[in-house]
Amino acid sequence: MRLTLNRIVSWRDLGQSTRLIEVENPAVAARVRPGQFMMVMSDETGERIPLTAADWDLVRGTVSIVFLEVGASTTKLGLLREGQELFHLAGPLGNPTEVEKYGNVVIVGGGVGIATAYPVARAMKEAGNHVTSIIGARSSDKLIFKDKMKTVSDDFMVTTDDGSEGRKGFVSDVLRELLGSGTPVDRIFAVGPTIMMKVVADTTRPFGTKTIASLNPIMLCGMGMCGGCRVRIGGAVRFACVDGPDFDAHRVDFAELLARLSQYRAQEGAALQLVKERAVA
Amino acid sequence: MGKVQPRVRMAKRDPEDRVRDFNEVAVGLTDEEAAYEASRCLMCPKQPCIAACPVGALVPLFMRAVKDKDLGKAYDIVREKNRIPAISGRVCPQETLCEEACTLAKVGSPVAIGAVERYIADYALKSGLGKEIRPGEEGRKRVAVVGSGPAGLTVAAEMAAKGHEVKVFEALHKPGGVVVYGIPEFRLPKKIVEQEVDALRRQGVEFEHGVIIGRTMKVKDLFDDGYDSVFVGTGAGSPKFMGLPGEDSNYIYSSNEFLTRINLLKAYAFPTYGTPVKVGRKVVVIGAGNTAMDSARTALRMGAEEVCVVYRRTRAEMPARGEEVLNAEEEGVQFLMLSSPLRFLGDERGGVRGVELQGMELGEPDESGRRRPKPVAGSESLKAAETVVIAIGNKVNPLIQMTTPGLETAGEEGLIKVNEAYESSIKGLYAAGDVVLGEATVIQAMGTGQKAAISMQHRMTA
Repeated sequence: MRLTLNRIVSWRDLGQSTRLIEVENPAVAARVRPGQFMMVMSDETGERIPLTAADWDLVRGTVSIVFLEVGASTTKLGLLREGQELFHLAGPLGNPTEVEKYGNVVIVGGGVGIATAYPVARAMKEAGNHVTSIIGARSSDKLIFKDKMKTVSDDFMVTTDDGSEGRKGFVSDVLRELLGSGTPVDRIFAVGPTIMMKVVADTTRPFGTKTIASLNPIMLCGMGMCGGCRVRIGGAVRFACVDGPDFDAHRVDFAELLARLSQYRAQEGAALQLVKERAVA
Repeated sequence: MGKVQPRVRMAKRDPEDRVRDFNEVAVGLTDEEAAYEASRCLMCPKQPCIAACPVGALVPLFMRAVKDKDLGKAYDIVREKNRIPAISGRVCPQETLCEEACTLAKVGSPVAIGAVERYIADYALKSGLGKEIRPGEEGRKRVAVVGSGPAGLTVAAEMAAKGHEVKVFEALHKPGGVVVYGIPEFRLPKKIVEQEVDALRRQGVEFEHGVIIGRTMKVKDLFDDGYDSVFVGTGAGSPKFMGLPGEDSNYIYSSNEFLTRINLLKAYAFPTYGTPVKVGRKVVVIGAGNTAMDSARTALRMGAEEVCVVYRRTRAEMPARGEEVLNAEEEGVQFLMLSSPLRFLGDERGGVRGVELQGMELGEPDESGRRRPKPVAGSESLKAAETVVIAIGNKVNPLIQMTTPGLETAGEEGLIKVNEAYESSIKGLYAAGDVVLGEATVIQAMGTGQKAAISMQHRMTA
């Protein structure tokens, strides 16, 4: 009997090309912890892409994944519907986010990263922390998991780049004010676009507040055998898949990470074009 | 003794033709060539070939069967000791094992044992020859195999043949481990691996993909689930880097990443297959083992104009098989010996543009017996490269060791420590292949796997 089925049991459109799929895989559902990810292939010709667990259900034996249809692989993944199977799913991978009773914890989530922030915020809350969540997106219609985040947060703040909801500006603006106001913060967890995490790190560095970033480099194997996801942390090379994905944000070489994320920009267009042509045909 | 008959040379595709695609380079023996080679075997009573083979292949017996044109029998004899002969027949370094030991090697050239083994296996796979190994029912136990590389496949086959229920847990989406992600199509076609795996499936071996023991489940969960024995063959797949400045520049790949993108995920067929790879006009490969040769030859096939292997010692010290070096050379791979990278230079977009090299000379022998390379002052030079592949070896995969309390390891590297029965410090947990040996060969993984399987059988039926 197979342990892994990887059947999609529910599919939801979260709006603005963001999808949530709930995948049947009791083995992963039983083991996964906040911050861990899975390597996913939509079909045999697809890429292996890392996607973080947004939630899981032990009783149903399912794990939920949120993704933004942005490139070829995520667009192909978005074409699958309830009842269909993912070609491959391996996990849970990476180290779980460290969760302890720290005191005052701030969770910063940006864009589709809010889905990763949610289980971390929930676990931080369950561990007895006072949880302040700051979530942001480009515009109101791109804000996901708002209600879920609210239920696991003691304080909850929203920013949008265009001001269509909550505070106009960036999550880092709110964070800067919070730290500047003298509110004691014992730990910050940030996940979202790399540039956002970089700005968060730069914002919190002068305050000396411990800041953890959940990094998202290009991954191939997801289990330490290729080194494609290597990142520089305090001058040393680390593999995000097995040594991370969480690292001390103040020690991350974000410039290098941003450069490495751009490696296949030239190819991405061609791949997406092909997927779109096939979807039409 | 009369004059020794010359040895057949297996035909290879023309370099100019083969370098344009990923199809197999060595075409295999014809029926006549195989029968001729088999007839060269002296059937000498000492059987040094068997003693030299890590799996103890019954070479003279299958040579006789080939000579008698009974290929079904030959295949059965081969499979008595080797469960995946179409794989090992292609990648085993026979020239340093059975063929080096062959009595004929002392008076002329040895029997082409590897080529004949491959011939038998290919013939059998193509024509469905050989009796199916049917599991018995008595004393049926449950065996979990972690990793589907050469060690794992060997153990799975041995255990299934003894009638046990076998499940193989593989983290990646295809079975085969290094023989599918690492060894390129032109040296070992994926179809061959699939056929060998299908043969195991017909024997009742189950494969479960995406289950990473240590993450999805722990070793303890396997025992709790009722497995009587657990075999770990997780290999040496953690790539080494050089720790030099600029090494994180874009398009500097570990050989594992480079080969996995192209072999396992078929980046050569991008965008039909979704995984990209960047192979520039000029490619530098660092290292001189078989994996370096595989990387260099793969880069040529991906359209590189100039591929150069950079090695800090000389041709004589290269760890790659002579045949692979020759293949690479025929295809146009360049070799730059006595050179070692100092740093990698990047362009304004983060991509690599070159390697600064240090000239070397050979000094006194080191602990490996090879002469130690040392830098020559003032011999720095710059070599342009748009893609760099680092093929300087791998460390063992640490996951099982990290996640299995009570499992003892050996050495700095964290190899799994086993006794002479290949049993670890945990009762019922066996290990073999690279995770025990460090970086070794496919045939050594198979040989140690075979020994582990014998111990497992012994303990489960005692």
